[in-house]
Amino acid sequence: MSAGRDTIMGGLRRALKRGAEAADAAAQEAVDQRLSDTRRGLVPARAQIPPRAQVDLFESMAVEQAATVARIASLDEVPAALADFLKGNNLAPKLRLAPSPELENLPWDGQPLLEVETGRAQDSDQVSLTGAVAGIAETGTLLLASGPEAPTTLNFLPENHVVVLKASQVVGAYEDGWDRLRESHGPDQLPRVVNFITGPSRTADIEQTIQLGAHGPRRLHVLLVEDTDPENGR
Amino acid sequence: MEPSPRAFKANAREAVQDPQLKRALAHVKVGFIGKRAKAAARLPEFEALRDAARDIKAHTLDHLDLYLERYEERVIAQGGQVHWCPSAEDARAAVLNICRRVGAKTVTKGKSMISEEIDLNQHLEANGIIPVETDLGEYIIQLRHERPSHIIAPAVHLTKDLIEADFRAQHSHLPPERSLDEPRELVEEARGILRERFLAADVGITGANFLVAETGSSIIVTNEGNGDLTQTLPKVHIVVASLEKVVPTLEDAATILRVLARSATGQEFSTYTTVSTGPKRPEDLDGPEEYHVILLDNGRSEMLAGPFREALRCIRCGACMNHCPVYHAIGGHAYGWVYPGPIGAVLTPALIGVEEAGHLPNASTFCGRCEAVCPVRIPLPKMMRHWREREFERHLTPRAVRAGLGLWAFLASRPALYHLLTGWAARLLALLAGREGRLRSLPLAGGWTRVRDLPAPQGRTFHALWAERQRRAGK
Amino acid sequence: MSETAPRVGLFVTCLVDMFRPSVGFAAVKLLEAAGCTVEAPRAQSCCGQPAYNSGDQHDTRTLAAQVIATFEPYDYLVVPSGSCAAMIREHYPALLADNPELAARAEALAAKTYELVSFLTDVRGMTGVEAAFEGRVTYHDSCSGLRELGIYDQPRTLLATVRGLRLEELPDADVCCGFGGTFCVKYPEISDTMVTSKAEVVEQTGAGTLLAGDLGCLMNVAGKLRRRGSNVRVRHVAEVLAGMTDEPAIGEGEKNGGD
Repeated sequence: MSAGRDTIMGGLRRALKRGAEAADAAAQEAVDQRLSDTRRGLVPARAQIPPRAQVDLFESMAVEQAATVARIASLDEVPAALADFLKGNNLAPKLRLAPSPELENLPWDGQPLLEVETGRAQDSDQVSLTGAVAGIAETGTLLLASGPEAPTTLNFLPENHVVVLKASQVVGAYEDGWDRLRESHGPDQLPRVVNFITGPSRTADIEQTIQLGAHGPRRLHVLLVEDTDPENGR
Repeated sequence: MEPSPRAFKANAREAVQDPQLKRALAHVKVGFIGKRAKAAARLPEFEALRDAARDIKAHTLDHLDLYLERYEERVIAQGGQVHWCPSAEDARAAVLNICRRVGAKTVTKGKSMISEEIDLNQHLEANGIIPVETDLGEYIIQLRHERPSHIIAPAVHLTKDLIEADFRAQHSHLPPERSLDEPRELVEEARGILRERFLAADVGITGANFLVAETGSSIIVTNEGNGDLTQTLPKVHIVVASLEKVVPTLEDAATILRVLARSATGQEFSTYTTVSTGPKRPEDLDGPEEYHVILLDNGRSEMLAGPFREALRCIRCGACMNHCPVYHAIGGHAYGWVYPGPIGAVLTPALIGVEEAGHLPNASTFCGRCEAVCPVRIPLPKMMRHWREREFERHLTPRAVRAGLGLWAFLASRPALYHLLTGWAARLLALLAGREGRLRSLPLAGGWTRVRDLPAPQGRTFHALWAERQRRAGK
Repeated sequence: MSETAPRVGLFVTCLVDMFRPSVGFAAVKLLEAAGCTVEAPRAQSCCGQPAYNSGDQHDTRTLAAQVIATFEPYDYLVVPSGSCAAMIREHYPALLADNPELAARAEALAAKTYELVSFLTDVRGMTGVEAAFEGRVTYHDSCSGLRELGIYDQPRTLLATVRGLRLEELPDADVCCGFGGTFCVKYPEISDTMVTSKAEVVEQTGAGTLLAGDLGCLMNVAGKLRRRGSNVRVRHVAEVLAGMTDEPAIGEGEKNGGD
């Protein structure tokens, strides 16, 4: 191990008065316990509402943070909804699509004028379309995770980021997001990057007035797919 | 940049006379304070979450060695590297080595107070590598060759006109008629320029709000997305973080994140909260090939051993300085180093020595507003008082003050003598003030009377009058 | 329940004693109206705050020992100052925790130490006063009282019952006035900036009188208002609550007269 490590650990151990065997063993036990215990802390009541209400809360919180949300009945409607988004914002009919089979297999043929390319983002891309892992109702936050089907550059390079989020992916709290990631990736492991995204990029560095589109996307548009039963949210 | 907290008094004097600074700081008072209050009021669990955040940090500090061991294990398991740096010099060297090894010419930087603390930019420049600050506020002050004046809003001391003037001076390609009147236009301009830098950078350096022991992850919190472009596009991602950034689990991070943005800017959540774990995986289409964590001590393990341990709970939200009337009066640069405001008053002496930074913990009325808003309940006034105790023990307190306090204590512990002398003083001052009821000037009291009148005593002391009253009542 | 009146030891404070005894007498009047017997023991001077805040623990302990010895025989220690009350109540126990002779005694005294207005309402259950004061009044919340002792509602509750008084809430009432004990002379320019802000806001309320519960703050702001030629009068809240406003206001002399 390195000299730097020894110096620092030595300093820490002295500061914490390590050296008494029983106390040290108890401390290690406490740490091991804590790390294997993924019990949640205090989760706000706001997040602990029925699934249907979570979807509505997600939408209102996201809109509050300057995202836009369009509800659609099924995944098949995505290409048309995207075309609407482009038209509505006077954007050229070009799209960089995340290389996810679920998105690639959508009826893009129904939009013959739309140029669709998949892969990671290039700087010249104006619009990207990705999926998500979850939508966190608590603050209208999207949870995205990197992977072969979800290159991170799609979330940041283009000026317009469109996200396909299913109602069944909406959860109440951040901790629900961690649970989903643990399910898909295993304990103690995460993908290279997990992004929590709440609205488009912004800055208030000039006289404290908010400007959108600082370095990341200027627009964040969520296509919310109603894939759950309106009665029970399942 | 050389630290200058020794010049605090002169800095402060200059700062309070600066009308531009005053205009700029007015936004701090109105903006941040109101927004935080609103966010806190909106979340019923806010106070309970502050307690929880405090407890998480306190527990972690009590076991910091063990959590760091586990953190390192996980970083390595995910393909990253950890560099343990006892001093600022070690950290600078570690970063430079990595940059040299990969032949880096330019480096993009997300906002990092640690990189300021170790003077990283200067070191890279001296070694032929160009660092480019990408946080808009940091970019602006980089153009001005200034330090940040606030830990989350680095350019808060500047008004729009100053920023425009800098942009014009530095962006020489700009046609003169190009409008930069509005903040919108300034942001557009910066976005364009920095996008080129993002794409060209060989190495990206970010700080970390948290390091998660459970997974070996680093978490950054931004609104611009610059931290994300900094760490995703280049071939190498370097995280610079101090030891006390560790938290045990992802759940702990979530708890503290709930109070971070609300305390800092009044947002429910920052636009981008990004959790990074190691370099790109073989199947990823983008991302850095190398992931390095520079773990900096630079005085933290010493703080852990003493009465300043609680200050290590700090999550760098900036609420303390946003609410501090001294900060409102003088701005961040007057503090003379990296960390301004109440946290700066506690941290700076710990990191660069109380001989150098003694003024900072003294320039406080202990009004307590900082502690009242700190999301992790750091008892900042108490910490500042500890520094004053240290100074007193080491005879760093000015001799006149020591002498005055000694004299006061001598008299005050002898009530009979005390009552006699205060009786004389009350009569004398009342006499000097005459029928005006106040003194416009008084020898030895220039500090007071230069800017305000001194209300005169009523002429007799309470104890003298009380004794008379008791006599009259036959007691 | 015992009907004997509680014995209150009045801690006068160094500033009230030397500069404005009328505040002390107002406190006595209010305490007696609340059914207490009041004594002002002569063996008192200072609570030790200046030494404490300057890092001089030794001298602070000396003065604390004196305060404890003088006041522990009483049922309560009551003081017309939030900062002195907080010193005794909140800081003495911590300061003396490792002193075997004084630790328990400091705890005991702290438990029965109160700032004046909060004593009247929280302990004696006072809900109103028999006083009159014509005019618009604004109120500054002194920092120690507000943040260390939680004093906010109490003075407002009592002021609301003063006949003829109209309370204008002071914007930024909870912002420090810049006194801070030795701070105002160690860092005069910063203190001046702070007290100027305070004076401006006070003037803008249009109130004729400023009140607060700490004489240090009051002298600081009054001195600034006088220097600015302002017409606002400054008094300690006890004076108004006790209906004792014949004395000239703080920083005003016979020339300007009382109310």
